[in-house]
Amino acid sequence: MSMASATDATLVHPGGSPETEEKAFGFWIYLMSDAIIFALLFMTYLVMFGNTAGGPEAKDVFSLERAAAETFLLLMSSTTFGMASIAAARADRERVVMWLVVTVALGLGFIFLEFSEFRGMIAEGAGPSRSGFLSAFFTLVGTHGLHVSIGLIWIVTMLAQIGMKGLSVPVLSRLYRLGLFWHFLDIIWVAIFSIVYLPGLL
Amino acid sequence: MDFFGRLTLDSLPFYSAIAASGAGVTVLGGLSVVALITYLGAWKALFGEWLSSLDHKKIGIMYVVVALVMLMRGFIDAAMMRSQQAVAFNSDGYLPPGHFDQIFSSHGTIMIFFMAMPFLSGIINFVMPQQIGSRDVAFPFMNAVSLWLTAAGAGLVLISLVIGKFSTAGWTGYPPYSGPEFTPGVGVDYWLWAVLISGIGSTMSGINFLVTILKRRAPGMTMFRLPLFTWTVFVAAILMIFAFPALTVACVMLALDRTLDFHFFTNAGGGNMMNYINLFWLWGHPEVYILILPAFGVFSEVVAVFSQKRLFGYISLVLATMAIGILSFTVWLHHFFTMGSSETVNSFFGIMTTIIAVPTGVKVFDWLLTMFRGRLIFKPPMLFTIGFLVTFVIGGLSGVLLAMPPVDYLMHNTTFLIAHFHNMIIPGVLFGYLAGYMFWFPKAFGFKLNEWWGTASFWCWIIGFYLAFMPLYVLGLMGMPRRMEHYDIAAWQPHLIVAAIGAFIIFLGIVCLGVQLWVSVRDRRSALDVSGDPWNGRSLEWLTASPPAPYNFAVLPKVEAIDAFWDMKARGVAYVQPKEYEPITMPKNTLIPLLVGGTAFVFGFAMVWWIWWLAVATLAFIGGLVIFRSFDDDPDFTMPASTVQAIEDRRYEQLAKHPANEMADEPGYAGDPSPDPLPEGAR
Repeated sequence: MSMASATDATLVHPGGSPETEEKAFGFWIYLMSDAIIFALLFMTYLVMFGNTAGGPEAKDVFSLERAAAETFLLLMSSTTFGMASIAAARADRERVVMWLVVTVALGLGFIFLEFSEFRGMIAEGAGPSRSGFLSAFFTLVGTHGLHVSIGLIWIVTMLAQIGMKGLSVPVLSRLYRLGLFWHFLDIIWVAIFSIVYLPGLL
Repeated sequence: MDFFGRLTLDSLPFYSAIAASGAGVTVLGGLSVVALITYLGAWKALFGEWLSSLDHKKIGIMYVVVALVMLMRGFIDAAMMRSQQAVAFNSDGYLPPGHFDQIFSSHGTIMIFFMAMPFLSGIINFVMPQQIGSRDVAFPFMNAVSLWLTAAGAGLVLISLVIGKFSTAGWTGYPPYSGPEFTPGVGVDYWLWAVLISGIGSTMSGINFLVTILKRRAPGMTMFRLPLFTWTVFVAAILMIFAFPALTVACVMLALDRTLDFHFFTNAGGGNMMNYINLFWLWGHPEVYILILPAFGVFSEVVAVFSQKRLFGYISLVLATMAIGILSFTVWLHHFFTMGSSETVNSFFGIMTTIIAVPTGVKVFDWLLTMFRGRLIFKPPMLFTIGFLVTFVIGGLSGVLLAMPPVDYLMHNTTFLIAHFHNMIIPGVLFGYLAGYMFWFPKAFGFKLNEWWGTASFWCWIIGFYLAFMPLYVLGLMGMPRRMEHYDIAAWQPHLIVAAIGAFIIFLGIVCLGVQLWVSVRDRRSALDVSGDPWNGRSLEWLTASPPAPYNFAVLPKVEAIDAFWDMKARGVAYVQPKEYEPITMPKNTLIPLLVGGTAFVFGFAMVWWIWWLAVATLAFIGGLVIFRSFDDDPDFTMPASTVQAIEDRRYEQLAKHPANEMADEPGYAGDPSPDPLPEGAR
């Protein structure tokens, strides 16, 4: 694999070489499979929405302010990742690093808010073992949070790779797939906000 | 905090002689393999050339080895059940109920997840890239990770025989019985983690196969020139990608119920066990077709080659395969008609289930018409194919019967159902894989398997099958429930004795397979496959050497027709050596996939026994391995053109010495490939 520097084409269409194109395609397929996992978790949540077993209901435990703040952080992180992609297409290594660092900070903020939400709920006796409804809530939102955490580890790994290797073709190819992953999680979060938090509170 | 979680010395199987001897056989089996490798001094070769290999052909062969080992284990379970039921009339037999329950649970689990799935992945891995004229799968590293995750799952099932107990909840693990309230031990956890870990491997295999077929086809190999086996793999791969998430979700939820006191499927606390059953079969029914479609593909290849005719109705076979793939997602509820759905819902799924028999019927007619006016050669793979055709139709008919909800209400949970699905899976899946094993063995190892023993094995399998399962249809109609440890109805016993005899004859069939392998290796020099085309084959895998060079094709073939290789032979271009070669890039060997699998095994073990520190440590280690690998920008090596030239020169030298067509001396040989195979309308 050649170590030629990036062009716009490699980033927008990762068809720079058949190999990177194949990897991007495979990653799309993986995302489809992952989307099925989330679809099934959403279905389970909807089916179990009323199974509160006499415990707290959605409106007792959700906070619109917190959900709005989480949404803001994650959507902003998607935007900043987009900025990193643009910088990568221009082969501007410093900007890429800067935007990725901002993305990590926003992602960490999201994880912190989610973690404190979970901890608060468990402390109030609204943990996942309280009822079927809460089991489904924690699993759905927790699975998304787990994905975001893995995404953060991946971004940090990519920062290290950019530091060591620069914006080489393999690094750009991984950055492209990481972008797909990060934006995918954003879409899932939009669904969580609209299917879990909004109907639960309104 | 307990350092070893809930693992104590009491977990060793000294509570019963049978359990202890099972453990003893497992441990001795493992030790004797270690001893044999040491005796042969083969450790270095094993790690250097096999366990670290990313070559799709070697990975395929290792998958099949796992499958054959697990076939033995799964069969021993079956033999124990059959012998227990043969003697357990008004008596306890020799197996206590708890142990009997473990045996039927592990039999189903092993046969589906650790026999059929690895056998399937193995044959696909070995054959499919060669059929499409590719040098490897799209993601060789991920391919090896899939293999070792599957092996890790198989290892968990095996070790449950030695440390602790296996699940008693059946291969489907229905809650609430499989929940923490009713089954608190480690058995269900062994089942869960074995299935989960291997299931992740299967999802990745599905992605790999799909991308390979879409992106790695040789020049000219359009989708509608793909061999039918590859078509069935294509559809099975899509099913793997879309169905396995449902299994993952169901198993993770059950694991959360069991370990962290969640309430997905519990009786109390707002759980709903029907969610599990829906999720499980949302995977479970497509899974049936994941297993059987590639077997249909094998039959399609075998029937054309040994009828010495082009496959009849290629397009209709492709369309039928796709139709089955889509319909397979619309029938899952027929696994639980009796669990309280309304008659409207039951009717819908009953109708869909009968409809899925239509494309399957199309396939059966296509195979029959391929044989029609063909010059049949009865090699063992062809015998398995014909045995499949006859037997599978009977199983299909009983399936159409069960598809009617009112009938299902009567037959549900009886041995009639057991007879039905064994009637589908043994001829439909296992015969297909065994036919594939004997068909492609010469390609893998360069010599043919002994035909006499292969034929003997076929007859044992098919006679044993009928004796073992036809009585179960009768017993089901007599009202015998499945999974009975003992019974007090005298009329059942004669049928169960016949079934046990059938199981014994199947055992002879397995022995024949072993003898066949032994005899063939011993006499390999008299059955060498020099040309690489032992059966006068039709698709591209027969163009490569036997065994193929690491790169399969020194120069990628140019495809101009269906049955690409047959067409090349007919045009006389199959064996023309190119003037010069180019260097070829291939993946380097690495031990990381083996390490990932081994660590996943320890992780599963830690989760079963609640050894939390170990679970966290192993998971972090796997993450570290993946990150470490991602830093490697140079995972390939390039074989220089001169090396390729040397390998190919040797091959063409051999070809010049021997006749290219090893089938020409066969009685009933229908003639060399001609430029114009029988036109479609002439039949």
